[in-house]
Amino acid sequence: MTKASISAAFACWLLGLLVLVSLGGAARAAEIKEVRSPGGITAWLVEEHTIPMMAVEIHFGGGVSLDPAGKEGLANLLSGMLDEGAGQLDSQAFQSRLEDLAISLSFNAGRDSFSGSMRTLTENAGEAFALLRMALNEARFDAEPLERIRSQIIAGIRAREQNPNTIVGQTLFSTLYPGHPYGRPSRGTPDTVATITADDLRTFVRERFVKQNLVIGVVGDVTPEELGVLLDETFGALPDRPSGTVEVPDVMPREDASLTVVQRPIPQSVLMWAMPGIKRDDPDYFAAVLMNRVLGGGSFTSRLYEEVREKRGLAYSVYSAIVPFEHSGIVMGGVGTQNAQLKESLSIIRAEIGKIAREGVTLEELEAAKTYTTGAFPLTLTTNGRIAAVLVTLQVLDLGIDYLDRRADLVNRVTLDDVRRVARRLLDTDAMTVVVVGNPEGVESTH
Amino acid sequence: MRTGLPRRLAPIARAAIVAAVVLAARPFAADAAGLFNPKSFTLDNGLQVVLIEDHRAPVVTQMIWYKAGSADEPRGKSGIAHFLEHLMFKGTEDVPPGEFSRIVTQNGGRENAFTSYDYTGYFQTVAADRLETVMRLEADRMTNLTITKEQVDAERLVILEERRSRVDNTPNGLFFEQMNAAQYLTYPYRIPVIGWENEMRQLSLDDALDWYRTHYAPNNAILVVAGDVTLDELRPLAEKYYGPIARRDVPPRIRLEEPPQLAARRLDMAHAQVSQDTWRRSYLAPSYTWGKSEHALGLQILAQIMGDGATSRLYRDMVVERQMAVQANAFYSASDIGPSQFFLFAIPRGETSLTEIEARMDEIVAEIVRDGVTEGELARTKQRLLSQAVYARDNVQGAARIFGEALTNGRTVEDVESWPDRVRAVTVDDVNAAARFVFDIRRSVTGILRSEKAS
Repeated sequence: MTKASISAAFACWLLGLLVLVSLGGAARAAEIKEVRSPGGITAWLVEEHTIPMMAVEIHFGGGVSLDPAGKEGLANLLSGMLDEGAGQLDSQAFQSRLEDLAISLSFNAGRDSFSGSMRTLTENAGEAFALLRMALNEARFDAEPLERIRSQIIAGIRAREQNPNTIVGQTLFSTLYPGHPYGRPSRGTPDTVATITADDLRTFVRERFVKQNLVIGVVGDVTPEELGVLLDETFGALPDRPSGTVEVPDVMPREDASLTVVQRPIPQSVLMWAMPGIKRDDPDYFAAVLMNRVLGGGSFTSRLYEEVREKRGLAYSVYSAIVPFEHSGIVMGGVGTQNAQLKESLSIIRAEIGKIAREGVTLEELEAAKTYTTGAFPLTLTTNGRIAAVLVTLQVLDLGIDYLDRRADLVNRVTLDDVRRVARRLLDTDAMTVVVVGNPEGVESTH
Repeated sequence: MRTGLPRRLAPIARAAIVAAVVLAARPFAADAAGLFNPKSFTLDNGLQVVLIEDHRAPVVTQMIWYKAGSADEPRGKSGIAHFLEHLMFKGTEDVPPGEFSRIVTQNGGRENAFTSYDYTGYFQTVAADRLETVMRLEADRMTNLTITKEQVDAERLVILEERRSRVDNTPNGLFFEQMNAAQYLTYPYRIPVIGWENEMRQLSLDDALDWYRTHYAPNNAILVVAGDVTLDELRPLAEKYYGPIARRDVPPRIRLEEPPQLAARRLDMAHAQVSQDTWRRSYLAPSYTWGKSEHALGLQILAQIMGDGATSRLYRDMVVERQMAVQANAFYSASDIGPSQFFLFAIPRGETSLTEIEARMDEIVAEIVRDGVTEGELARTKQRLLSQAVYARDNVQGAARIFGEALTNGRTVEDVESWPDRVRAVTVDDVNAAARFVFDIRRSVTGILRSEKAS
């Protein structure tokens, strides 16, 4: 029961975004070291010897959007299979080793990337990296764990099938990106997950786990020299580059102002909206981030929060976000309001978007957004794992090892005119795609 | 990855509703200590202050915990503790509405609040040199809150929307409420933290002010500060801002006594929004501070052995070997003031029926009661828990939460600090005695949540 105004369904996802939107001003920036192993593998490292542990983040370019047609869910299934047996260790043996040594190892399939997170005590680091090496190079994909994990994923898809937050998100993306991989459900469907074979998993590993695609961030109780040795032992056997390349095409989200109502007998309608946005390398990126902070990105201080929640009590959760992908970008947002008043929430959201598009934001709002954006980021760097994730992001986005020192300046340089320009460019309610799940009064699909 | 299911469905544990949202790290891993070496002092007005130092980054978190949660609410006023939590952001004589959040975010800070059965808490995470600012603000609203009828009327709509999104829109949320109402005969954990809708609609300005004046006092609160600050810096700040607030008489926390539970209960809910059937059971269980608390540690270890992770008994038996379930877990937390619950949970696989799931679950429980756990299982579990304690040091905000909850619920700094030693001392006999004690079907609620179509 918190005052948090970001819907739980998207909280995890937005947390991911925060890493992208709020890098900067970190007190530890100067301590980032680039480690190059004797074998030529690079990782960024922050040494932190206070606690006898380390956090490791690895990232391979290319995510679920590369799943072959008909095999949607491949990357996600693989993320569940890499710790289910490798080398001489079957599933139970591998899991026992992880648990007995208190090593946490997990993988995640994102839209544009496949990532892994590991946490280990220093005393078990050798064993932890060995298990990671086995997972990446020698995963077994035995029949029992494959069918077990497959059944878990299908049960998970079924369990979420009727969840309004899932329905609204999937419908939004299938509407925005028809015929493009971004429009498909990341976990696939029960039918597509059923078709994936161990050979499909092996092909994925062979083609995608290659040094050229690999980015590594490490934070913790390890020296550059020690890490160099571990890097070679762990990643040295991976192929240098992929045998072939599959490209995901750049894509514009749909912008024909469609409104889709998915009827469900629930008391609260859940709404999401989106319109074309920008990619992370857009020169207007920070102007857009600051604009969004004023619109609906500030949890308890935004215009949407004020108008929809604070003044009228129309919602517990109302928000907006700038969401850049590798091949597209959107400005999006959402709200949950009882059926009878959903229409009112939507018209207020439209009005507030239109107002910023026409008038921009005030100097006071811009300054407040700047102090937040520059000040908030260092506050998130409180655990080794979070810092390791930032080290990966900096490399993936090619922001430079000194980026944390420069970021505040990039934010502070944004002018009122910049925000006005980017607002005119992005905020267009005539290009707004809307999806509602529930039984909203007086709101009907446009098609 | 063994799918996100078990954790997503975690709200079968009462406190997880809150914990999952605020600071995810929770299991007793983080309960571990002796590692944090907190410092503590008490102001003349009775406010206890706890400091957990962490100088790795120039960041500090302030948390204030009030010893007042939904289980302390007057009859018929369910939801008032949580409602006041929202209203605490509406301003004071000196700080206009919205100003608190504006000041915090302008400084780059993050803030939130949380309400549970046994406590209400507020926190801010800010750059270390802004600690004074948030202390001034938090101390101010401990005693100077001003709220109007208009604010109360608007915010009541917000908590009703919150209830819709957390509970009414999701069959799991609804069923969780029904399970708790069946588990507790009189103990107030039977009432949802967010409140029953009909009672929430009636909550008034006077109800909110009564709650505030009754429970919000320095001698009824714990201040936890975690991060880049020393005791020498903290003490004068706490004295300056919290020190002047007068001590007030606070009613003792008297909770209704739970009568003997003599009959197993079963709930069966079919719902159109369910597309995956699930099985669950809760057994009434002691906590650190309620009932046979000598079993609390044994139950923590039992839950690990039975149902935490891919090598646990339930997972190995039902998911890996028999392939009758896609998920099978056990969960227990000892930190509530009142009666806790030991949970079992499973999702059937393929054509397996919920009846078969329950039958196998009953057999496994019977095996544990009859044969107990092994020395090997105990040793491995201890080792794992104690290793986790090292990771807990990496999350100072999680540590702050552990101390806040413990102290608010009547335990001491020493209780938390000695947790690793007490884990080391647990024997197989302790675990087996705890298992024999808790697995009493008469004190249980078995719940089936299934698709309406299947009925």
